[in-house]
Amino acid sequence: MIQLDHVSKSWGSTTAVDRISFAIDPGQFVILLGPSGCGKSTTLRMIAGLEQASQGRIHIQQRDVTNLPPGDRGLSMVFQSYALFPHLSVADNIVFGLRSRKVPKAQQRKHLERVAELVDLTAYLNRKPAQLSGGQRQRVALARAIISEHPICLMDEPLSNLDARLRGEMRREIKALQTRLDMTVVYVTHDQVEAMSMGDRVILMENGRIVQDGTPEQLYRYPTSTFAASFIGSPAMNLLALEDGEHGATVQGEPSIAVAPRAAVGGHLGIRPEDVSLHAPSASGILATVIDSEYLGADTIGRFRVGDQTVRIRLAGQHPLPVGQLFRLSWPAKAAHVFGQDGLRRDDIHPLPFSAVSDRLNGNGDTTPMPSERITLDSPAS
Amino acid sequence: MYSLNAYRGMQFYGVLLLLPAAILLITFAYLPTANTLINSLYIPSFRGEPRTFVGLENYQDLLSDTTFWQVARNNFLYALGTIPTSIALALGMALLVNARLPGRGMVRMAYFTPTILPMIAAANIWMFFYAPQIGLFNKLLSIVGISGINWLGDPNVALSSVIVMSVWKEAGFFMIFYLAALQSMAPELKEAADLEGTSRWSFFWRVTFPLLMPTTLFVLINALINAVRVVDHLFILTKGGPNNATNLLLYYVYENAFSFFDRTYAATITVVILLVLALVATLKFTVLDRRTHYQ
Repeated sequence: MIQLDHVSKSWGSTTAVDRISFAIDPGQFVILLGPSGCGKSTTLRMIAGLEQASQGRIHIQQRDVTNLPPGDRGLSMVFQSYALFPHLSVADNIVFGLRSRKVPKAQQRKHLERVAELVDLTAYLNRKPAQLSGGQRQRVALARAIISEHPICLMDEPLSNLDARLRGEMRREIKALQTRLDMTVVYVTHDQVEAMSMGDRVILMENGRIVQDGTPEQLYRYPTSTFAASFIGSPAMNLLALEDGEHGATVQGEPSIAVAPRAAVGGHLGIRPEDVSLHAPSASGILATVIDSEYLGADTIGRFRVGDQTVRIRLAGQHPLPVGQLFRLSWPAKAAHVFGQDGLRRDDIHPLPFSAVSDRLNGNGDTTPMPSERITLDSPAS
Repeated sequence: MYSLNAYRGMQFYGVLLLLPAAILLITFAYLPTANTLINSLYIPSFRGEPRTFVGLENYQDLLSDTTFWQVARNNFLYALGTIPTSIALALGMALLVNARLPGRGMVRMAYFTPTILPMIAAANIWMFFYAPQIGLFNKLLSIVGISGINWLGDPNVALSSVIVMSVWKEAGFFMIFYLAALQSMAPELKEAADLEGTSRWSFFWRVTFPLLMPTTLFVLINALINAVRVVDHLFILTKGGPNNATNLLLYYVYENAFSFFDRTYAATITVVILLVLALVATLKFTVLDRRTHYQ
């Protein structure tokens, strides 16, 4: 459907996009994810034709569109700022493109009715954009994009101007609309929650290059670099610097327990916050001190000091975590990821198991108000 | 009791804050207006006798004054000739220098230069352009073998010559307003239109022009005021001649007051000008504003 072939974009000596290639299948919901300045918006704008590629070829539906103007590429776009025409009514905004392409009036009206119903705007057709709420403006922008019935829709951070609650609602609506109309969507965002919840496929970018390209699950379960690991998940994966210990690689500043073979020294050990379990100080495991904690309702995020590293742990429910209190941590060896010194994943190195479940304390006369089983999070389903 | 005093105090502060503006407005706008209105009801004094009240007689004289009607017609033609042309030119120049263009800073400056010049200086430059024998235009025409025109001396051409000079002087000024408005327009609008394959022409008439409407209105009012208010160039170029062919209302007021020493008749014409301008302003605020989209 859309194919990029070693596409680059540079302005003078700065390279925004560096020889990236990918192909998108019809009906896919593809997310371009990355921090600001990583080139994701530039990539989208090159697909749209709003930016001319410095190098490489872009194909849309088997047609080389590299040098075609935006209007000839057969796609529509939703802008971050919505780009609504402030002097036109909602109806005129939606049919703007149809008028440009000289679609007969009667047909315009038919399309308008259908699309307005689809995005729930029928009652607002005569208003000006300034009289609408943020969410409604967003819907107008969506309606303008889908009324053209182009098979491809590009979206450039369309939800970033909305408040958190509305964003969740619009995420579902956009996803439902895409499925219903069977559109191919390329969606740019820096918000990993949007990426995870909406995308069939996530292309993670950093410094103008693709870092990882896969399903949300792949990115979550199998990050190929520390960058991918630290970008996905909320809170993100713990990345613990490893140093040389007596029996192998240990967490920096915590020499007593080896967590990985010596080959991993200098790299990082990655563990998701929900994969770490918490034990009483008398149990075995890595010693950790509470730095602080955040209660989020459904769960509590605790931050712990381990050696000179910080570990975040997600605990279901509410937990009293007094600052300075000692605990012990453990995680299943298969839940840990090893990253080399260059930040890339090392599948040849297997993390060491170090703590058995039977070592868990069961509150036998310990003075700390330490619940036992409740505190251990469900281990990963795998 | 205390709160009442505090309220009075606040009111007093408010009045104090308004005072400077109020004093300026009253001394230089309202009092002269009232004075003019009163003056227009008298005829001037002769040899120390007190001035005589004549009611609306001055206005009756005005209606039968053929020179006044010619001057009014001149001014109407002058406004018709300068306003649409200078606005269209300003918009065209603004669109041009808003685009990516090599050396656009220089072009912008060049367009703006006439605005910086005092009207008198500009008129002197154009005097040189228009001069019948040695003037630039006639020199250029003689190269291609056309005998020259007496640009300012021929009653059929003189008003047009004055109009051309005014357009040259004003268009650059109005361009600045259009340029500012164009630069505050979100570039995404153009991009959104491009994605739909909207042609430039269609984008201009459907988006750019309507969004520039507030600026156009502002410029229109300014141009209209200038068409009545600025007559400096007449002093240099034609002095209202030949045979009143280029005489404009304000210049006619000046002639009556300071050449013919008929101050009260001058006041009468001034009142008529004020009435016409007030009517136009009302029209602007009621009819045009309602049809314009303000951001």
